[in-house]
Amino acid sequence: MWPEGIHRELAAAGVRVVGYVPDAGHKRLIELCRADRKMRAVVLTTEEEGIGLAAGAWLGGQRSALLMQSSGVGNIVNVLGMVRECRFPLVTLVTMRGEQGEFNPWQVPMGQAVRPVLEAMGTVVHHVEEAAQVAPVVNAALRLAFGSYASVAVLISQRLIGIKSFQEQADR
Amino acid sequence: MRRRDAVKRLLSNRKNLLVVAGLGSTAWDCTAAGDSPLTFPMWGAMGQAAMMGLGLALAQPKRRVLVITGDGEALMGMGALATIGVQQPENLTVVVIDNERYGETGMQETHTAHGVDLAGVARSCGFKVFDLENLPNAIHKLPGPNFAALKVKAEKIPLVLPPRDGALLKARFRRALLGVKADAE
Repeated sequence: MWPEGIHRELAAAGVRVVGYVPDAGHKRLIELCRADRKMRAVVLTTEEEGIGLAAGAWLGGQRSALLMQSSGVGNIVNVLGMVRECRFPLVTLVTMRGEQGEFNPWQVPMGQAVRPVLEAMGTVVHHVEEAAQVAPVVNAALRLAFGSYASVAVLISQRLIGIKSFQEQADR
Repeated sequence: MRRRDAVKRLLSNRKNLLVVAGLGSTAWDCTAAGDSPLTFPMWGAMGQAAMMGLGLALAQPKRRVLVITGDGEALMGMGALATIGVQQPENLTVVVIDNERYGETGMQETHTAHGVDLAGVARSCGFKVFDLENLPNAIHKLPGPNFAALKVKAEKIPLVLPPRDGALLKARFRRALLGVKADAE
């Protein structure tokens, strides 16, 4: 399963702080991070807080990752300015909505704007559509971010999340 | 109370304190009290000062961390108080220098001028709340998360600016805290 693969990569890279806003697509990964005694999983009220959290952790010498749904990308735009200006390393893992097979029209505008918004703010964007590619792409994103002080986002395709209705989302 | 006097008092004999200064007047106040590589003054990212403090406090559990920010900045990131309340970092103190004004944009009134009580919000979120007299002890010794909102006079005073290159501010902080190994990370 790809969430286990992501968790293994985060652990192997020495990620100690994981900020997240609860999200159906990241449900399993959040559980894995919360159960990992070497990781501090921090529930946020808005994705924007995760940028301050990651920057503060890096100032203190710790690596972090930030988990969110595509709608959350809209909430972090201004503070990505600090990430760029200060060259903070940042790894953002985004589960996509408003993309392939979306059933909620309100998700579509932000979902479609995710890549251009991130790129406009200087974030490198990787997009994954195959389950087998998730872990290798996250591995590369971690190396790029922490090796080159870059802001890197991995967009995990809605096809991999596989939720096709409101009822299915609620049942998870 | 005058803001520069209050901040100077909090930063006198700062020992091993790690400091995050919220954007605007509180960054100038911290610089007026003496620029230090272990103070991270923010020039943007309004609303994130307290979260920077949380990240730092979690990464450095053996050091004391102090966030000094303004009422406008704190209001923009009020959810951070809830997030910090859940994490309960024992080594973190957040101090709001509350002049009830947006000082950098023309001294317009903030919500605290109309009765919004940031200390009450912080207490509800799980912070311990202090006044100026007990604050130094809270900052350096008492288990947090600790909070204070200090009402200060609304005044226009000369700017005292820290360096503004963000990458420099980050690098000097990490070097001072972590030593040269910070550069090899």
